[in-house]
Amino acid sequence: MTTETVSPTTYDEMFEAMHAELAAHEHESAKHSNLVIFAWSGDLDRIWPTFILATTAAAMGMQTTVFFTFWGLFPLVKNEVRITGENWMQKMMSMMNRGGTEHLGLSKMNFAGAGPAMMKKLADEHHVASPQELLEVARDLGVTLIPCQMTMDLLGLERGDLIDGLAEPAGAATALARAQDSLTLFI
Amino acid sequence: MSQTIAVTLDLRGLSCPLPIAKTAVAIRSMHAGELIEARATDPGSVPDFAAWCESTGNELLEQTTDGGVFRFVIRKV
Repeated sequence: MTTETVSPTTYDEMFEAMHAELAAHEHESAKHSNLVIFAWSGDLDRIWPTFILATTAAAMGMQTTVFFTFWGLFPLVKNEVRITGENWMQKMMSMMNRGGTEHLGLSKMNFAGAGPAMMKKLADEHHVASPQELLEVARDLGVTLIPCQMTMDLLGLERGDLIDGLAEPAGAATALARAQDSLTLFI
Repeated sequence: MSQTIAVTLDLRGLSCPLPIAKTAVAIRSMHAGELIEARATDPGSVPDFAAWCESTGNELLEQTTDGGVFRFVIRKV
């Protein structure tokens, strides 16, 4: 009966090969040419980084898509649109959660709108572009902005309630199809 | 080097990500090999322009600083 022994050198070689393999794959997976952001939140402090990342990715030549779903849809409502929806529940929702980039609240320290006002003042002083400005740059750079059809139906938002320059409303399958082979973020 | 600058961008006073985003918009309508000159005041633009050039393949030819203004000369790939 023979027992196969593995010498320490063979172990070293095995580990080396394993590390080389891992390093090769690590590099592979770290390099993405597409970015898909699932914008779920309508909070100012989440939409802001969403637009910053989307515009920067597009500037870097990445094929960039933002899928706006649930509360994330409200920033796409035209600033002048006040009440949306068909029935009283949808209307009530839009009254309590007004859409448009000018009416977004902060996830913390909102203080009934005083927080966002202070944040905007600070942004002005530090020359930080507003979400509205970034949204325009995103459209200039060809970022695909997809509103979620299901959320539009649920909240009673019509295509005419939303800003121009958006892609056709679509569902989860469209977003996930784009997310394959892409770097994905859920914000 | 005596190649003339095709496009000049004034990005002074803008902060991340606008200097890069506006440069990317401007460079789209340029021909390969042409030069763009950008001036920015955002200190973050120094590492950002280097990273952006490395990742897009555009060539960062010059980067100089003059009294808080950062100047970049880039050749479109």
